[in-house]
Amino acid sequence: MASISREQLLHVARLARLELRDDEIERLEAQLNDILAAVGKVSELDLSDVPPTSHPLDVVNVWGADEPRPCLSVEDALANAPEREGDFFKVPPGGSS
Amino acid sequence: MIDTLRLSAEEAARLLREREVSGAELFAAYRKAIDERDPELHAYLHVCEDEGGDGVPIAIKDVIGTRGIPTTAGSRILDGYVPVYDATVIARCREHGLKILGKTNTDEFAMGSSTENSAYGPTRNPWDPERVPGGSGGGSAAAVAAGLAPWALGSDTGGSIKQPAALCGNVGLRPTYGTVSRYGAIAFASSLDQIGPVARNVRDCAYLYSIIAGRDPCDSTTVELPAPVALPEADDLKGLRVGVPREFNEHEAIEPGVRDAVRRAIELCRELGAEVGECSLPHSVDYGMPCYYLIAPAEASSNLARYDGVRFGFRASARDRLEMYERTRDEGFGDEPKRRIMVGTYALSAGYYDAFYGQAQKVRTLLAREHAEVFERFDVLVSPTSPTVAFKLGARTQDPLAMYVCDLLTIPSCLAGLPGLNVPCGLSEGLPVGLQLIGPQFSENTLFHAGRALELALGLDPVPSRLAG
Repeated sequence: MASISREQLLHVARLARLELRDDEIERLEAQLNDILAAVGKVSELDLSDVPPTSHPLDVVNVWGADEPRPCLSVEDALANAPEREGDFFKVPPGGSS
Repeated sequence: MIDTLRLSAEEAARLLREREVSGAELFAAYRKAIDERDPELHAYLHVCEDEGGDGVPIAIKDVIGTRGIPTTAGSRILDGYVPVYDATVIARCREHGLKILGKTNTDEFAMGSSTENSAYGPTRNPWDPERVPGGSGGGSAAAVAAGLAPWALGSDTGGSIKQPAALCGNVGLRPTYGTVSRYGAIAFASSLDQIGPVARNVRDCAYLYSIIAGRDPCDSTTVELPAPVALPEADDLKGLRVGVPREFNEHEAIEPGVRDAVRRAIELCRELGAEVGECSLPHSVDYGMPCYYLIAPAEASSNLARYDGVRFGFRASARDRLEMYERTRDEGFGDEPKRRIMVGTYALSAGYYDAFYGQAQKVRTLLAREHAEVFERFDVLVSPTSPTVAFKLGARTQDPLAMYVCDLLTIPSCLAGLPGLNVPCGLSEGLPVGLQLIGPQFSENTLFHAGRALELALGLDPVPSRLAG
């Protein structure tokens, strides 16, 4: 049955850009393993001949007219910025990832 | 004197049209009710001022973007966020003159079944404030039940409209996937999310659906309705073929009081002229929940990647950018979104994709086929909406899987893209029980017809007994 190790959990948290606190890691490890055991039930079924569903409606390719329309102004786009400089979103310098 | 506990939206519209009340008087009546009862219930996260006009007021779940009105999705990570544009459903409500009363509480990013996952504190059930209103749309359902709004918009990914409607005793529609635009709504799981109406009776629900439904060029997943929405007039069910899926009606998680109320409603269908028969959906209940709790977290982990502290919402202080992303997300998200981001990221990661997400998508096909087969013999399927009545606050918060079971009976049809309607069908232990009506894709008019006939025959008082004066 599927289970997640401490090492995998920390790797996944890094992929998801979550800096988890120690107490969260402890709790999540147990909860994620319970959840994975429950959802792992899907593997009981042999569905090798069944196609996957990614979208519930039978819709393929929707085309729109190629007409320019007004979009958000720079002021609107920046209205919720936590920090801005001129017409840019300001962020701290890059760290190593 | 306007009795907001009993006034339907249809009647409110008539009063306005015939100038028996003004738009300002009506809005003020709801604001007064909110001032009186919302300190206890906490259905609203934000209450709006009257901006004029002679329309019927409406409450909006706080996952739907409203220009100039704070929109938080119940999350600290969107604290202070004020949308600069309206969601399409909001634009349509405004075109019809509807006036926004406020934004209603929700589990964080609509992830939950009790509204206890809101970062701003839980909403309480108007029937019993010791109990939850359901979720994630507990705010909208509680507001409508307590007369703090005549109707409301909700959103439904795995049951977030129908389940709170069941627990609060109102009518809620999860529409067919693709019939209502999600443009401007905060995305949770895009192959499942739908916006829909919450109301005090089936006609109001149908009317609100008619306002918001239809193709939107800004949401390429939307389609035109095959037929216009018909306001239901029905008082019988002659000729309607009603299926009773065994697995949805005999599951061990269903409380006896819920089962009894639903059985009486099924008997009533027969008395109203419906042809009632038993049927089976062998995989839907057992595999729906595991399938949903892979697909929804997987899509959520992708959709929630945008909350990084760069362009809007909360930003944690940090020395460099990576630290900013990680701290913002750790401090900004609550436990449930984190759990789902972790499950989803894991299920989508290299080496696990086929076994989890890929397999869940195949289960989804299986469930859709299983429903399609049954709909060759039946027009509507009936079952309880929720296996239980409203439970006590705190009863399920320690165990995520116990909370997930709340959605056992609502999830399968969501995965299959089918519409579902909750109609109150009685009380158990003094608390509302909801009947779930499921139909084939685009069968909303049939659901409204059936729901209306049942509602009239049942003649239940939608007002919570403790508030009925």
